[in-house]
Amino acid sequence: MTEPIDPTHPAPNTAPPAANDQGRSFAELHREIAASLATSSSEEFRLYWLGRKQGRLKLLSEAWLKDAPADQRRTLGVGFNELKRVIELLLEVRTPGSSAVPDLDTLPGWSHALFTATAIPSAAKARSTAASIDITLPGQLRAPGIPHPLLETMQQIVEVFSRIGYSTRTGPQVESDFFNFEALNFPPNHPARDTQDTLLVAGQNDRPRPDRLLMRTHTSPVQVRTMIAEPPPLRIVIPGKVHRNDAADATHSPVFHQVEGLCVDTNITFSDLKGTLDHAMKALFGSSVKTRFFPSFFPFTEPSADVQISCIFCNGKGCRKCKHSGWIELLGCGMVDPAVFAAVDQRRAEEGRPTAYDPAKISGFAFGMGVERIAMMQHGISDIGHFYSGDMRFLEQFA
Amino acid sequence: MKILTQWLRQYVPALPAAISDHQLAEALTLRGIAVEGIHPLGEGNGHLFEMDITTNRVDAMNHYGIAREAATIYDLPLPRLEAPASSTGAASFRVQIAPEAKHLCGRFTAQVLREVTIAPSSGLVQQYFTLLGQKQISNAVDASNFTLLGMGHPTHAFDLEKIVGGVMVRLARPGERLKLLDGTDRVLEGDDLVIADDEKPLSLAGVMGGWDSMITPETRNILVESAWFDQATIRRSARRHGLHTDASHRFERGADFNAAPVANHLVAELILAHGGHAEGGLIDLITPEVAARTARRPPITLSVGEVQRHLGTTTAPEGITRTLVERYLSALGCALRPAGNDSFEVTLPSWRLDIEREIDLIEEVARVYGYNAFADTLPTPGIVIEQPTAAAEAAVRRRLLALGYSEAISSTFASPQDAAIFSEELVLAGKQGSQGPVPLENPLSEEASLLRPTLIPGMVTMLAHNLNRDVRTARLFERGAAFSGTTSAVVERESLSLGLTGTVAATSLYSAADAPFFELKAVVESLLSLFDAPAATFTSDLLSHATWLEAERAAVTMLDGKPIATFGELSHAEAARRKLRQPMYLAEIDLARLYALPLKRVTARELSRFQAVERDFSFTFAESMSWQTVDTAIRSLAIEELRSVTPTEIFRDPRGVSVPSDHYALLLRCVFQSYERTLREEELTAWWSAIIDTLTGLGGSIRA
Repeated sequence: MTEPIDPTHPAPNTAPPAANDQGRSFAELHREIAASLATSSSEEFRLYWLGRKQGRLKLLSEAWLKDAPADQRRTLGVGFNELKRVIELLLEVRTPGSSAVPDLDTLPGWSHALFTATAIPSAAKARSTAASIDITLPGQLRAPGIPHPLLETMQQIVEVFSRIGYSTRTGPQVESDFFNFEALNFPPNHPARDTQDTLLVAGQNDRPRPDRLLMRTHTSPVQVRTMIAEPPPLRIVIPGKVHRNDAADATHSPVFHQVEGLCVDTNITFSDLKGTLDHAMKALFGSSVKTRFFPSFFPFTEPSADVQISCIFCNGKGCRKCKHSGWIELLGCGMVDPAVFAAVDQRRAEEGRPTAYDPAKISGFAFGMGVERIAMMQHGISDIGHFYSGDMRFLEQFA
Repeated sequence: MKILTQWLRQYVPALPAAISDHQLAEALTLRGIAVEGIHPLGEGNGHLFEMDITTNRVDAMNHYGIAREAATIYDLPLPRLEAPASSTGAASFRVQIAPEAKHLCGRFTAQVLREVTIAPSSGLVQQYFTLLGQKQISNAVDASNFTLLGMGHPTHAFDLEKIVGGVMVRLARPGERLKLLDGTDRVLEGDDLVIADDEKPLSLAGVMGGWDSMITPETRNILVESAWFDQATIRRSARRHGLHTDASHRFERGADFNAAPVANHLVAELILAHGGHAEGGLIDLITPEVAARTARRPPITLSVGEVQRHLGTTTAPEGITRTLVERYLSALGCALRPAGNDSFEVTLPSWRLDIEREIDLIEEVARVYGYNAFADTLPTPGIVIEQPTAAAEAAVRRRLLALGYSEAISSTFASPQDAAIFSEELVLAGKQGSQGPVPLENPLSEEASLLRPTLIPGMVTMLAHNLNRDVRTARLFERGAAFSGTTSAVVERESLSLGLTGTVAATSLYSAADAPFFELKAVVESLLSLFDAPAATFTSDLLSHATWLEAERAAVTMLDGKPIATFGELSHAEAARRKLRQPMYLAEIDLARLYALPLKRVTARELSRFQAVERDFSFTFAESMSWQTVDTAIRSLAIEELRSVTPTEIFRDPRGVSVPSDHYALLLRCVFQSYERTLREEELTAWWSAIIDTLTGLGGSIRA
């Protein structure tokens, strides 16, 4: 049997078939039967209503009956059977080949109560409501965990340097004075060594100064440790947690995080330091960011510099965030002080390793930045304390 | 520090007006002499610079020092400040440095002034002080302050009539008393340096003058003192007495040895402008050893090649030339003598004790040249070698996030109480034994006086923080160091804490009340599954001392007979003490041990082409029967085709009707599958019977 209806044949009815059958009333179908009877031949009429694949009754049964709730299936079934009976009766009374249209009003059952009701059958209506979804309700999921925004920023920074050949190194948080201060060329009475700035492990007074234990105040000790353990060339980046004797307020915390970097090789220059950090800041904050360098002072670098980036909020035009200067101070850096290399080589010699950091042959640069400050800038966070609270309301913003 | 541009321009008369104060500020800032604020002072008065000078540049903490920077930047002459040749007349006054103080007081100058008039300041002093907002006291006191602000060297004026006999710089005698200018009485110690007369200390050298010898409106005769004191001595004294003065600030950082006579002369000149006369010449005592390490240091060699090796490429093609090096350093006060084609012998200025080595000179060259005039170049990239644990760390973090746990950071410190509650009983490997928590010498507070021995108290605090803010569901993890050991050997151990509070849906196996425990158990198992680890077992045997965990609702995970994780519900007593509104489930995992395991490398196995068959068994067991016993018994049948045994439902009847009391009903499912063939009904029946026999043998009864 040639099943599909010829698409070029004029539509036997005015209503689009099938598409909206779920909302169609029996009365509408009643009119559709009458219309199709008037405009189609007997065979067309049969195919239109009773075709095995695309027949209207087949489609109606799928739309109405198949998924109907059990309690409503009966009502719908009665209506459907009545419809089918009428159509079969019409095919019987209609002479094949003749275009004469039977008188519908004389057809038994044509005026069945179902067909005169204009309302959509209540069963069909109820069923269609049950199947529809309020798509505006919120989605539901067992949510994945949220990476800590601070540690994400720290990782971003590390990755920027990783991509230009920096290997990650880490080290202990409890350090000796030697690694945290002495090897980094801090003079014995430097203010940073004061208990006002540095948290000390108890009971250190009787120990030799280099052995005294403290909470590292920067991740620089890892630079020293790495140089003692490994000869140049070195390109390392050091993320980590550090501590200072700072009372907590909106911008200070006794715990904070740093990323430092160190590059040591033959012929490493100040312009290499500039180029590296300019690249890194562009990679972190966007290619339009500019950097500028200012002389500064750190015991472990010479020359030392502070680095500013053009304000990422106003593109350097000046705004509240950059105190109308157009610039934001972001990192400290410099060329590794020869005294640091000397301390490293001395320790290497004491440990029976060959000296490898002769400042006449090699040079290097180091840099460091506070992760909290950068993350606070990236996300507009006003209170550093949010990072250490575990507050889900804070973390969920980064989901 | 406040600086008047008018005063700067007075010191560098050649500085053209065309260079505005703002341009000057920018130029200085780019050379490390940071101008943080610029305030206009009205027509003709220039600007006030708010400056931030780094601690190493004590020479630039005054107008003349900054004027020198300006002169260097713009290549302009800087007129010198000079004192007339000293010691012309006979010494009019007895001044000595005690032998034991000679290395602490490298230079001491004194000038007697007679018949002076004490009056309010006038002229430039008055004008500049007004613009600076500097308090004006009297011409004699202001002269000292004016000189300090002008050229940076501290001086002091004594009322000569209050001095008994002569003056001596000496160490204090322990217990000696001195009333200072701030009105406080100080008890001195043996390493305080004082300026004393024949009877008593007059002032705390380099820190503050004494009350009794201060200038008063009645003063007629004055002794002006200007000296050079040792950095460490002044720092120690100032700190001991809790004083931080303009004088101590400068001496602590290294004053200019040659500035003392100049400063003395300038002060005398200012005082004498209001009348009076100098008596005798300037007395100037010098300790040659100190002069040798300050004002008369041996020259150092500077190679232009080294300058280029350290600094690299400039944006200007000609780069840093020998001429530029010579010009910059000369302007800063160095004396350069050519030594060969490439080098100079550089004599260092007395005011730059921060310059000691060739690299310090290289920095000066870079600074004056301007950092931003250097090009941006990149070194050749290195080869990245990851740390051995990097992959494991990343895998654990990724897994925890995927399991719905959010990352948190808590305090590194713990209170003694928390340490006692949470650490002593920790059963994790390496934490047993007598080593306790490590105390801090100067903790931020009593609550933070120990290094955390475990991450658990921090986790409890974070969960409680959420509960106290009506956040009722939280899943957190923290990775970090836990500390133990002694104050001479602190051990840091990588640890992981997990925290869970809030509703976890009940399942056919677990009640809602127990579900969080099993979630944590599954997280621990999931983490272990990342590694190539032996099968873990779970025990409650080791928990008898872990009082922070609720008994019977906690477990230890054992790997190779050693604990690797502890988890369970926070003890109800502890929850009550902390006034927690709902249960908390906690876990601590020994990350160091986990990371030591190799990450799992998966070798995929073939999937069977044959149908799997499920068989369910419904049994009733006494409460004492554990799943592990059931599971082990079935597996010990060694049915090769048994793919899995899982409990699918546990049911208890509180009324004891459908299931007797003290019993539970267990629905378990076995899945059978062969890789070689379709299973036959007879085999399945045989296995089914064997399992039923086994479970019955365990004391279970099959349910209808």
